[in-house]
Amino acid sequence: MKEFALIFRVEDGPTPDLTPAEWQERMTGWMNWMGGIAAKDRLVSNGSRLGVRGSKWLGAGGVVSDGPYTEVKEFINGYTIIRAESSEEAVELAKGCPILFAPGGSVEVRPLVAPDHAE
Amino acid sequence: MVALLCRRFGIDQIDTAEDIVSETFLSAAETWGMKGIPADPVAWLYAVARNNMLNGLKHEKVVRRYEKDALLKAGIGPEGTHMEPDWDVSVEGITDSQLCMLFAVCHPAIALDVQVSLALRVLCGFTIEEIAQALLTTKATVNKRLYRARSTLREESILLEVPVGEAFDARLDAVLLTLYLLFNEGYYSANPSMVLRKDLCLEAMRLCFLLTARKGTVRADVYSLLALMCFQASRFDARFDGMGGLVLYEQQDPARWDSELINRGNYFLVQACERGQPSRYHLEAAIAWWHTHPVQESEKWANILLLYNRLLILQYSPVAALNRAYAFSRVYGKEAAIPEAEGLGLEGNLFYHSLLGELYREVNGIQAAAHFERALGLAGTEAERAVLQGKLAACRGTS
Repeated sequence: MKEFALIFRVEDGPTPDLTPAEWQERMTGWMNWMGGIAAKDRLVSNGSRLGVRGSKWLGAGGVVSDGPYTEVKEFINGYTIIRAESSEEAVELAKGCPILFAPGGSVEVRPLVAPDHAE
Repeated sequence: MVALLCRRFGIDQIDTAEDIVSETFLSAAETWGMKGIPADPVAWLYAVARNNMLNGLKHEKVVRRYEKDALLKAGIGPEGTHMEPDWDVSVEGITDSQLCMLFAVCHPAIALDVQVSLALRVLCGFTIEEIAQALLTTKATVNKRLYRARSTLREESILLEVPVGEAFDARLDAVLLTLYLLFNEGYYSANPSMVLRKDLCLEAMRLCFLLTARKGTVRADVYSLLALMCFQASRFDARFDGMGGLVLYEQQDPARWDSELINRGNYFLVQACERGQPSRYHLEAAIAWWHTHPVQESEKWANILLLYNRLLILQYSPVAALNRAYAFSRVYGKEAAIPEAEGLGLEGNLFYHSLLGELYREVNGIQAAAHFERALGLAGTEAERAVLQGKLAACRGTS
Protein backbone atom coordinates (compact mmCIF):
# COMPACT_ATOMS: atom_id res chain seq x y z
CA MET A 1 0.00 0.00 0.00
CA LYS A 2 1.36 3.43 -0.97
CA GLU A 3 0.56 6.82 0.43
CA PHE A 4 -0.75 9.68 -1.66
CA ALA A 5 -1.31 13.35 -0.98
CA LEU A 6 -4.56 14.74 -2.34
CA ILE A 7 -4.07 18.44 -2.95
CA PHE A 8 -7.21 20.55 -3.29
CA ARG A 9 -7.36 23.58 -5.52
CA VAL A 10 -10.07 26.12 -6.26
CA GLU A 11 -10.22 28.95 -8.74
CA ASP A 12 -10.77 31.94 -6.51
CA GLY A 13 -9.65 32.45 -2.95
CA PRO A 14 -12.02 32.09 -0.04
CA THR A 15 -15.66 31.77 -0.97
CA PRO A 16 -17.97 34.68 -0.23
CA ASP A 17 -20.03 34.65 2.94
CA LEU A 18 -22.16 31.55 3.18
CA THR A 19 -25.39 31.23 5.09
CA PRO A 20 -25.17 28.90 8.09
CA ALA A 21 -27.22 26.32 6.21
CA GLU A 22 -24.90 26.45 3.17
CA TRP A 23 -21.90 26.25 5.44
CA GLN A 24 -23.31 23.21 7.19
CA GLU A 25 -24.12 21.53 3.90
CA ARG A 26 -20.57 22.07 2.73
CA MET A 27 -19.10 20.69 5.97
CA THR A 28 -21.40 17.66 5.82
CA GLY A 29 -20.17 16.97 2.28
CA TRP A 30 -16.56 17.04 3.41
CA MET A 31 -17.21 14.90 6.48
CA ASN A 32 -19.11 12.29 4.45
CA TRP A 33 -16.38 12.12 1.84
CA MET A 34 -13.55 11.90 4.35
CA GLY A 35 -15.52 9.57 6.63
CA GLY A 36 -16.07 7.30 3.62
CA ILE A 37 -12.32 7.07 3.02
CA ALA A 38 -11.68 6.51 6.73
CA ALA A 39 -14.36 3.78 6.78
CA LYS A 40 -12.27 1.87 4.22
CA ASP A 41 -9.26 2.31 6.49
CA ARG A 42 -7.55 4.38 3.80
CA LEU A 43 -7.11 7.66 5.62
CA VAL A 44 -3.56 8.37 6.81
CA SER A 45 -4.00 11.98 7.90
CA ASN A 46 -6.92 14.31 7.47
CA GLY A 47 -4.32 16.96 6.68
CA SER A 48 -5.08 20.64 6.95
CA ARG A 49 -6.99 23.41 5.35
CA LEU A 50 -4.72 26.23 4.22
CA GLY A 51 -5.77 29.81 4.91
CA VAL A 52 -5.43 32.72 2.52
CA ARG A 53 -5.46 35.73 4.79
CA GLY A 54 -1.97 36.40 6.08
CA SER A 55 -0.24 34.17 3.54
CA LYS A 56 3.09 35.39 2.20
CA TRP A 57 5.27 34.58 -0.74
CA LEU A 58 9.06 34.51 -0.61
CA GLY A 59 11.22 34.65 -3.74
CA ALA A 60 14.91 34.71 -4.54
CA GLY A 61 16.78 37.85 -3.57
CA GLY A 62 14.73 38.54 -0.47
CA VAL A 63 11.48 39.32 -2.26
CA VAL A 64 8.47 38.98 0.01
CA SER A 65 4.93 39.62 -1.14
CA ASP A 66 1.38 38.96 -0.01
CA GLY A 67 0.63 35.56 -1.44
CA PRO A 68 1.52 34.07 -4.81
CA TYR A 69 -1.88 34.63 -6.32
CA THR A 70 -1.54 37.71 -8.44
CA GLU A 71 -1.08 35.84 -11.67
CA VAL A 72 -2.03 32.22 -11.09
CA LYS A 73 -5.78 32.12 -10.61
CA GLU A 74 -5.86 29.13 -8.34
CA PHE A 75 -5.46 28.49 -4.67
CA ILE A 76 -4.26 25.43 -2.88
CA ASN A 77 -6.74 25.37 -0.04
CA GLY A 78 -5.90 22.13 1.67
CA TYR A 79 -4.55 18.61 1.52
CA THR A 80 -5.24 15.13 2.87
CA ILE A 81 -3.08 12.01 2.91
CA ILE A 82 -4.57 8.65 1.98
CA ARG A 83 -3.41 5.07 1.43
CA ALA A 84 -4.06 3.14 -1.81
CA GLU A 85 -2.74 0.21 -3.82
CA SER A 86 -2.08 2.34 -6.90
CA SER A 87 -2.54 5.86 -8.19
CA GLU A 88 -5.60 4.60 -10.10
CA GLU A 89 -7.18 3.52 -6.84
CA ALA A 90 -6.20 6.82 -5.23
CA VAL A 91 -8.04 8.58 -8.06
CA GLU A 92 -11.14 6.46 -7.36
CA LEU A 93 -11.04 7.49 -3.72
CA ALA A 94 -10.60 11.14 -4.66
CA LYS A 95 -13.76 11.07 -6.80
CA GLY A 96 -16.65 12.55 -4.89
CA CYS A 97 -14.43 15.06 -3.14
CA PRO A 98 -16.61 18.15 -2.54
CA ILE A 99 -13.93 20.45 -3.96
CA LEU A 100 -14.79 19.09 -7.42
CA PHE A 101 -18.18 20.80 -7.18
CA ALA A 102 -16.64 24.20 -6.41
CA PRO A 103 -15.87 26.65 -9.27
CA GLY A 104 -12.63 25.53 -10.88
CA GLY A 105 -12.11 22.95 -8.15
CA SER A 106 -9.59 20.19 -8.72
CA VAL A 107 -7.73 17.46 -6.84
CA GLU A 108 -4.12 16.66 -7.55
CA VAL A 109 -3.04 13.11 -6.63
CA ARG A 110 0.64 12.88 -5.74
CA PRO A 111 2.45 9.82 -4.38
CA LEU A 112 4.50 10.51 -1.27
CA VAL A 113 8.14 9.68 -1.93
CA ALA A 114 9.39 7.14 0.59
CA PRO A 115 12.99 7.70 1.74
CA ASP A 116 14.20 4.41 0.22
CA HIS A 117 13.03 4.92 -3.34
CA ALA A 118 14.24 7.69 -5.56
CA GLU A 119 11.93 8.98 -8.23
CA MET B 1 -8.92 -7.65 48.75
CA VAL B 2 -6.25 -9.28 46.61
CA ALA B 3 -5.18 -5.78 45.66
CA LEU B 4 -4.84 -4.79 49.29
CA LEU B 5 -2.88 -7.91 50.23
CA CYS B 6 -0.50 -7.43 47.33
CA ARG B 7 0.07 -3.86 48.24
CA ARG B 8 0.95 -4.90 51.76
CA PHE B 9 3.02 -8.00 51.01
CA GLY B 10 4.33 -7.39 47.49
CA ILE B 11 2.92 -8.22 44.09
CA ASP B 12 5.15 -11.30 43.82
CA GLN B 13 2.90 -12.86 46.47
CA ILE B 14 -0.09 -12.57 44.16
CA ASP B 15 -0.75 -16.35 43.99
CA THR B 16 -0.73 -16.66 47.78
CA ALA B 17 -2.95 -13.61 48.08
CA GLU B 18 -5.54 -15.10 45.73
CA ASP B 19 -5.61 -18.35 47.71
CA ILE B 20 -5.88 -16.53 51.01
CA VAL B 21 -8.82 -14.48 49.81
CA SER B 22 -10.69 -17.61 48.75
CA GLU B 23 -9.96 -19.20 52.13
CA THR B 24 -11.09 -16.09 53.93
CA PHE B 25 -14.47 -16.04 52.24
CA LEU B 26 -14.83 -19.72 52.89
CA SER B 27 -14.15 -19.29 56.59
CA ALA B 28 -16.53 -16.31 56.64
CA ALA B 29 -19.26 -18.48 55.21
CA GLU B 30 -18.62 -21.09 57.92
CA THR B 31 -18.09 -18.76 60.88
CA TRP B 32 -20.87 -16.31 60.07
CA GLY B 33 -23.25 -19.17 59.53
CA MET B 34 -22.59 -20.37 63.09
CA LYS B 35 -21.96 -17.17 65.01
CA GLY B 36 -23.85 -14.63 62.97
CA ILE B 37 -22.47 -11.77 60.92
CA PRO B 38 -19.92 -9.64 62.83
CA ALA B 39 -20.57 -5.97 63.58
CA ASP B 40 -18.17 -4.83 60.89
CA PRO B 41 -18.04 -7.60 58.29
CA VAL B 42 -15.60 -5.78 56.00
CA ALA B 43 -13.06 -5.21 58.79
CA TRP B 44 -13.49 -8.85 59.85
CA LEU B 45 -12.74 -10.10 56.36
CA TYR B 46 -9.67 -7.95 55.99
CA ALA B 47 -8.34 -8.85 59.43
CA VAL B 48 -8.76 -12.57 58.78
CA ALA B 49 -7.20 -12.28 55.34
CA ARG B 50 -4.23 -10.42 56.77
CA ASN B 51 -3.70 -12.97 59.53
CA ASN B 52 -4.00 -15.86 57.10
CA MET B 53 -1.51 -14.17 54.84
CA LEU B 54 0.95 -13.64 57.71
CA ASN B 55 0.56 -17.24 58.83
CA GLY B 56 1.10 -18.43 55.29
CA LEU B 57 4.20 -16.35 54.92
CA LYS B 58 5.58 -17.51 58.27
CA HIS B 59 5.19 -20.97 56.98
CA GLU B 60 7.43 -20.09 54.12
CA LYS B 61 9.85 -18.52 56.57
CA VAL B 62 9.85 -15.35 54.61
CA VAL B 63 7.79 -13.31 56.97
CA ARG B 64 10.82 -11.61 58.45
CA ARG B 65 12.00 -10.33 55.10
CA TYR B 66 8.60 -8.99 54.14
CA GLU B 67 8.02 -7.37 57.47
CA LYS B 68 11.37 -5.69 57.15
CA ASP B 69 10.75 -4.60 53.58
CA ALA B 70 7.42 -3.17 54.44
CA LEU B 71 8.81 -1.30 57.39
CA LEU B 72 11.78 0.02 55.45
CA LYS B 73 9.53 1.17 52.67
CA ALA B 74 7.53 3.22 55.09
CA GLY B 75 10.69 4.50 56.79
CA ILE B 76 9.62 3.40 60.23
CA GLY B 77 11.95 1.50 62.55
CA PRO B 78 11.04 -1.82 64.17
CA GLU B 79 10.27 0.00 67.37
CA GLY B 80 7.85 2.37 65.62
CA THR B 81 4.29 2.36 66.77
CA HIS B 82 2.76 2.05 63.31
CA MET B 83 3.63 -1.53 62.59
CA GLU B 84 1.36 -1.75 59.58
CA PRO B 85 2.01 1.31 57.49
CA ASP B 86 0.47 -0.08 54.29
CA TRP B 87 -2.51 -1.73 55.87
CA ASP B 88 -5.30 0.74 55.34
CA VAL B 89 -8.77 -0.76 55.20
CA SER B 90 -10.60 2.55 55.07
CA VAL B 91 -12.70 3.10 51.96
CA GLU B 92 -9.96 5.35 50.57
CA GLY B 93 -7.30 2.78 51.35
CA ILE B 94 -9.15 0.02 49.55
CA THR B 95 -9.86 2.30 46.57
CA ASP B 96 -6.20 3.23 46.37
CA SER B 97 -5.05 -0.38 46.48
CA GLN B 98 -7.49 -1.30 43.73
CA LEU B 99 -6.38 1.60 41.56
CA CYS B 100 -2.73 0.61 41.99
CA MET B 101 -3.60 -2.98 41.07
CA LEU B 102 -5.63 -1.81 38.05
CA PHE B 103 -2.66 0.14 36.73
CA ALA B 104 -0.31 -2.80 37.37
CA VAL B 105 -2.66 -5.21 35.55
CA CYS B 106 -2.65 -2.94 32.50
CA HIS B 107 1.15 -2.88 32.25
CA PRO B 108 2.25 -3.00 28.57
CA ALA B 109 4.24 -6.22 29.19
CA ILE B 110 0.94 -8.07 29.73
CA ALA B 111 -1.10 -8.95 26.63
CA LEU B 112 -4.57 -7.43 26.29
CA ASP B 113 -6.62 -10.63 26.60
CA VAL B 114 -4.52 -11.59 29.61
CA GLN B 115 -5.17 -8.18 31.20
CA VAL B 116 -8.91 -8.74 31.00
CA SER B 117 -8.66 -12.19 32.65
CA LEU B 118 -6.30 -10.93 35.32
CA ALA B 119 -8.52 -7.95 36.13
CA LEU B 120 -11.51 -10.27 36.52
CA ARG B 121 -9.52 -12.49 38.86
CA VAL B 122 -7.75 -10.04 41.15
CA LEU B 123 -10.03 -7.01 40.96
CA CYS B 124 -13.48 -8.46 40.43
CA GLY B 125 -13.02 -11.65 42.44
CA PHE B 126 -14.26 -13.96 39.67
CA THR B 127 -13.42 -17.66 39.98
CA ILE B 128 -11.45 -19.35 37.20
CA GLU B 129 -14.63 -21.06 36.11
CA GLU B 130 -16.59 -17.81 35.95
CA ILE B 131 -13.84 -16.16 33.90
CA ALA B 132 -13.78 -19.09 31.50
CA GLN B 133 -17.55 -18.86 31.17
CA ALA B 134 -17.61 -15.10 30.85
CA LEU B 135 -14.93 -15.00 28.15
CA LEU B 136 -16.26 -18.11 26.38
CA THR B 137 -13.06 -20.03 26.82
CA THR B 138 -11.80 -22.98 28.84
CA LYS B 139 -10.55 -23.11 32.42
CA ALA B 140 -7.20 -24.36 31.12
CA THR B 141 -6.82 -21.29 28.91
CA VAL B 142 -7.69 -18.96 31.77
CA ASN B 143 -5.22 -20.72 34.05
CA LYS B 144 -2.53 -20.47 31.40
CA ARG B 145 -3.21 -16.76 30.93
CA LEU B 146 -3.15 -16.07 34.66
CA TYR B 147 0.03 -18.09 35.11
CA ARG B 148 1.69 -16.08 32.35
CA ALA B 149 0.43 -12.83 33.85
CA ARG B 150 1.77 -13.66 37.30
CA SER B 151 5.20 -14.57 36.00
CA THR B 152 5.27 -11.37 33.95
CA LEU B 153 4.37 -9.35 37.03
CA ARG B 154 7.30 -10.96 38.84
CA GLU B 155 9.86 -10.99 36.03
CA GLU B 156 9.29 -7.42 35.00
CA SER B 157 9.17 -6.38 38.68
CA ILE B 158 6.04 -4.44 37.92
CA LEU B 159 5.36 -1.99 40.70
CA LEU B 160 2.03 -1.83 42.41
CA GLU B 161 1.49 1.86 41.90
CA VAL B 162 -0.12 4.43 39.69
CA PRO B 163 2.65 5.62 37.34
CA VAL B 164 3.51 9.29 37.38
CA GLY B 165 4.74 11.75 34.78
CA GLU B 166 4.92 10.75 31.14
CA ALA B 167 4.22 7.09 31.80
CA PHE B 168 0.89 7.95 33.37
CA ASP B 169 -0.99 8.99 30.23
CA ALA B 170 0.04 5.92 28.25
CA ARG B 171 -0.89 3.61 31.11
CA LEU B 172 -4.24 5.30 31.63
CA ASP B 173 -4.92 4.78 27.91
CA ALA B 174 -4.27 1.06 28.47
CA VAL B 175 -6.49 0.99 31.57
CA LEU B 176 -9.38 2.61 29.69
CA LEU B 177 -9.00 0.23 26.77
CA THR B 178 -9.08 -2.79 29.11
CA LEU B 179 -12.20 -1.48 30.85
CA TYR B 180 -13.80 -0.76 27.45
CA LEU B 181 -13.11 -4.36 26.36
CA LEU B 182 -14.34 -5.73 29.68
CA PHE B 183 -17.60 -3.82 29.27
CA ASN B 184 -18.05 -4.86 25.63
CA GLU B 185 -17.35 -8.46 26.59
CA GLY B 186 -20.38 -8.30 28.83
CA TYR B 187 -22.54 -6.16 26.57
CA TYR B 188 -22.04 -7.83 23.22
CA SER B 189 -20.82 -11.33 24.03
CA ALA B 190 -22.75 -14.40 23.01
CA ASN B 191 -22.75 -15.65 26.57
CA PRO B 192 -26.04 -17.27 27.52
CA SER B 193 -25.73 -16.28 31.18
CA MET B 194 -27.40 -12.91 31.55
CA VAL B 195 -26.27 -12.58 35.16
CA LEU B 196 -22.64 -13.08 34.26
CA ARG B 197 -22.83 -10.62 31.38
CA LYS B 198 -24.39 -7.98 33.56
CA ASP B 199 -21.68 -8.60 36.14
CA LEU B 200 -18.98 -7.91 33.57
CA CYS B 201 -20.61 -4.62 32.62
CA LEU B 202 -21.10 -3.59 36.22
CA GLU B 203 -17.51 -4.45 37.15
CA ALA B 204 -16.19 -2.42 34.21
CA MET B 205 -18.36 0.50 35.33
CA ARG B 206 -17.27 0.15 38.94
CA LEU B 207 -13.57 0.17 38.06
CA CYS B 208 -14.05 3.10 35.69
CA PHE B 209 -15.89 4.94 38.43
CA LEU B 210 -12.95 4.26 40.78
CA LEU B 211 -10.76 6.23 38.38
CA THR B 212 -12.95 9.28 38.90
CA ALA B 213 -12.63 8.98 42.66
CA ARG B 214 -9.06 10.27 42.72
CA LYS B 215 -8.11 13.63 41.27
CA GLY B 216 -4.80 12.28 40.01
CA THR B 217 -6.39 9.63 37.78
CA VAL B 218 -9.23 11.67 36.28
CA ARG B 219 -9.01 12.75 32.67
CA ALA B 220 -11.76 13.88 30.27
CA ASP B 221 -11.89 10.47 28.59
CA VAL B 222 -12.39 8.67 31.91
CA TYR B 223 -15.69 10.53 32.16
CA SER B 224 -16.61 9.99 28.53
CA LEU B 225 -15.96 6.24 28.81
CA LEU B 226 -18.12 6.14 31.92
CA ALA B 227 -20.86 8.09 30.11
CA LEU B 228 -20.67 5.64 27.22
CA MET B 229 -21.03 2.68 29.59
CA CYS B 230 -24.02 4.29 31.33
CA PHE B 231 -25.87 4.98 28.06
CA GLN B 232 -25.20 1.47 26.76
CA ALA B 233 -26.09 -0.20 30.05
CA SER B 234 -29.37 1.74 30.19
CA ARG B 235 -30.57 -0.42 27.30
CA PHE B 236 -29.25 -3.68 28.69
CA ASP B 237 -32.63 -5.14 29.69
CA ALA B 238 -34.58 -3.69 26.79
CA ARG B 239 -32.35 -5.62 24.37
CA PHE B 240 -33.77 -8.97 25.44
CA ASP B 241 -37.25 -10.38 25.41
CA GLY B 242 -38.51 -12.63 28.17
CA MET B 243 -37.18 -15.70 26.36
CA GLY B 244 -33.58 -14.51 26.08
CA GLY B 245 -34.05 -13.54 22.42
CA LEU B 246 -32.46 -10.38 21.02
CA VAL B 247 -34.65 -7.31 20.56
CA LEU B 248 -33.22 -5.03 17.88
CA TYR B 249 -32.84 -1.36 18.65
CA GLU B 250 -35.68 -0.36 16.34
CA GLN B 251 -38.12 -2.63 18.14
CA GLN B 252 -37.04 -1.76 21.68
CA ASP B 253 -39.50 -0.22 24.08
CA PRO B 254 -37.93 3.05 25.30
CA ALA B 255 -39.95 2.69 28.50
CA ARG B 256 -37.65 -0.22 29.37
CA TRP B 257 -34.54 1.94 29.11
CA ASP B 258 -33.12 2.75 32.53
CA SER B 259 -33.63 6.49 32.96
CA GLU B 260 -31.47 6.61 36.08
CA LEU B 261 -28.47 5.35 34.10
CA ILE B 262 -29.25 7.73 31.25
CA ASN B 263 -29.19 10.64 33.69
CA ARG B 264 -25.91 9.43 35.13
CA GLY B 265 -24.53 9.20 31.61
CA ASN B 266 -25.64 12.77 30.88
CA TYR B 267 -23.85 13.97 34.00
CA PHE B 268 -20.60 12.18 33.12
CA LEU B 269 -20.72 13.39 29.53
CA VAL B 270 -21.03 16.99 30.73
CA GLN B 271 -18.06 16.38 33.04
CA ALA B 272 -16.09 15.06 30.06
CA CYS B 273 -17.00 18.03 27.87
CA GLU B 274 -15.80 20.45 30.52
CA ARG B 275 -12.42 18.80 30.68
CA GLY B 276 -10.93 18.84 27.24
CA GLN B 277 -10.37 17.34 23.85
CA PRO B 278 -12.88 14.84 22.44
CA SER B 279 -11.51 11.29 22.44
CA ARG B 280 -12.94 8.22 20.76
CA TYR B 281 -14.91 7.42 23.93
CA HIS B 282 -16.34 10.90 23.82
CA LEU B 283 -17.57 10.44 20.25
CA GLU B 284 -18.95 6.98 21.07
CA ALA B 285 -20.70 8.36 24.15
CA ALA B 286 -22.21 11.14 22.02
CA ILE B 287 -23.51 8.53 19.56
CA ALA B 288 -25.01 6.56 22.44
CA TRP B 289 -26.53 9.80 23.73
CA TRP B 290 -28.46 10.27 20.48
CA HIS B 291 -29.61 6.67 20.71
CA THR B 292 -31.01 7.09 24.21
CA HIS B 293 -32.82 10.39 23.68
CA PRO B 294 -36.13 10.74 21.89
CA VAL B 295 -35.62 13.27 19.09
CA GLN B 296 -36.66 13.68 15.47
CA GLU B 297 -35.37 10.74 13.46
CA SER B 298 -33.83 12.90 10.75
CA GLU B 299 -31.98 15.12 13.19
CA LYS B 300 -30.81 12.10 15.17
CA TRP B 301 -29.37 10.17 12.25
CA ALA B 302 -27.71 13.19 10.62
CA ASN B 303 -25.87 13.77 13.88
CA ILE B 304 -25.00 10.12 14.36
CA LEU B 305 -23.56 9.95 10.84
CA LEU B 306 -21.45 13.03 11.50
CA LEU B 307 -20.16 11.49 14.73
CA TYR B 308 -19.27 8.22 13.02
CA ASN B 309 -17.41 10.19 10.36
CA ARG B 310 -15.45 11.95 13.07
CA LEU B 311 -14.83 8.72 14.96
CA LEU B 312 -13.45 7.00 11.86
CA ILE B 313 -11.27 9.95 10.93
CA LEU B 314 -9.85 9.78 14.47
CA GLN B 315 -9.45 5.99 14.53
CA TYR B 316 -10.53 3.23 12.14
CA SER B 317 -12.45 0.20 13.35
CA PRO B 318 -14.59 -2.23 11.32
CA VAL B 319 -17.50 -1.88 13.75
CA ALA B 320 -17.54 1.90 13.38
CA ALA B 321 -17.25 1.55 9.59
CA LEU B 322 -20.33 -0.72 9.47
CA ASN B 323 -22.30 1.49 11.81
CA ARG B 324 -21.41 4.49 9.67
CA ALA B 325 -22.78 2.74 6.59
CA TYR B 326 -26.01 2.02 8.46
CA ALA B 327 -26.30 5.64 9.63
CA PHE B 328 -25.63 6.72 6.02
CA SER B 329 -28.60 4.62 4.90
CA ARG B 330 -30.82 6.29 7.49
CA VAL B 331 -29.87 9.73 6.20
CA TYR B 332 -29.54 9.21 2.43
CA GLY B 333 -31.58 6.07 1.85
CA LYS B 334 -30.73 2.41 1.47
CA GLU B 335 -29.82 2.51 -2.19
CA ALA B 336 -27.34 5.34 -1.73
CA ALA B 337 -25.74 3.45 1.16
CA ILE B 338 -25.05 0.27 -0.83
CA PRO B 339 -21.80 1.51 -2.45
CA GLU B 340 -20.72 2.94 0.92
CA ALA B 341 -21.19 -0.48 2.52
CA GLU B 342 -19.77 -2.53 -0.35
CA GLY B 343 -16.61 -0.43 -0.34
CA LEU B 344 -15.74 -1.62 3.15
CA GLY B 345 -14.54 -5.04 1.98
CA LEU B 346 -15.30 -6.90 5.22
CA GLU B 347 -16.18 -10.18 3.51
CA GLY B 348 -15.69 -12.41 6.55
CA ASN B 349 -17.82 -10.24 8.82
CA LEU B 350 -21.30 -11.31 9.93
CA PHE B 351 -22.60 -7.77 10.31
CA TYR B 352 -21.24 -6.72 6.93
CA HIS B 353 -23.49 -9.27 5.25
CA SER B 354 -26.53 -8.69 7.41
CA LEU B 355 -26.22 -4.94 6.77
CA LEU B 356 -25.95 -5.47 3.00
CA GLY B 357 -28.90 -7.86 3.15
CA GLU B 358 -30.89 -5.15 4.89
CA LEU B 359 -29.86 -2.47 2.36
CA TYR B 360 -30.62 -4.65 -0.67
CA ARG B 361 -33.98 -5.82 0.66
CA GLU B 362 -36.15 -3.39 -1.28
CA VAL B 363 -33.68 -2.94 -4.12
CA ASN B 364 -32.75 -6.48 -5.10
CA GLY B 365 -34.33 -9.41 -3.28
CA ILE B 366 -31.93 -11.98 -4.69
CA GLN B 367 -28.86 -10.04 -3.59
CA ALA B 368 -30.47 -9.49 -0.19
CA ALA B 369 -31.13 -13.21 0.30
CA ALA B 370 -27.57 -14.06 -0.78
CA HIS B 371 -26.15 -11.71 1.85
CA PHE B 372 -28.47 -12.96 4.59
CA GLU B 373 -27.37 -16.47 3.75
CA ARG B 374 -23.69 -15.54 4.00
CA ALA B 375 -24.46 -13.91 7.36
CA LEU B 376 -26.30 -17.02 8.56
CA GLY B 377 -23.19 -19.08 7.82
CA LEU B 378 -21.14 -16.72 10.00
CA ALA B 379 -23.58 -16.42 12.91
CA GLY B 380 -22.26 -17.76 16.20
CA THR B 381 -25.33 -17.85 18.44
CA GLU B 382 -28.88 -19.14 18.37
CA ALA B 383 -30.29 -15.66 18.96
CA GLU B 384 -28.42 -14.28 15.94
CA ARG B 385 -29.44 -17.20 13.75
CA ALA B 386 -33.09 -16.77 14.71
CA VAL B 387 -33.08 -13.09 13.69
CA LEU B 388 -31.34 -13.84 10.38
CA GLN B 389 -33.59 -16.76 9.53
CA GLY B 390 -36.60 -14.50 10.03
CA LYS B 391 -35.14 -11.95 7.63
CA LEU B 392 -34.21 -14.57 5.07
CA ALA B 393 -37.72 -15.99 5.10
CA ALA B 394 -39.20 -12.49 4.76
CA CYS B 395 -37.13 -11.64 1.71
CA ARG B 396 -37.80 -14.99 0.04
CA GLY B 397 -41.48 -14.40 0.64
CA THR B 398 -41.41 -11.07 -1.19
CA SER B 399 -39.06 -11.90 -4.07
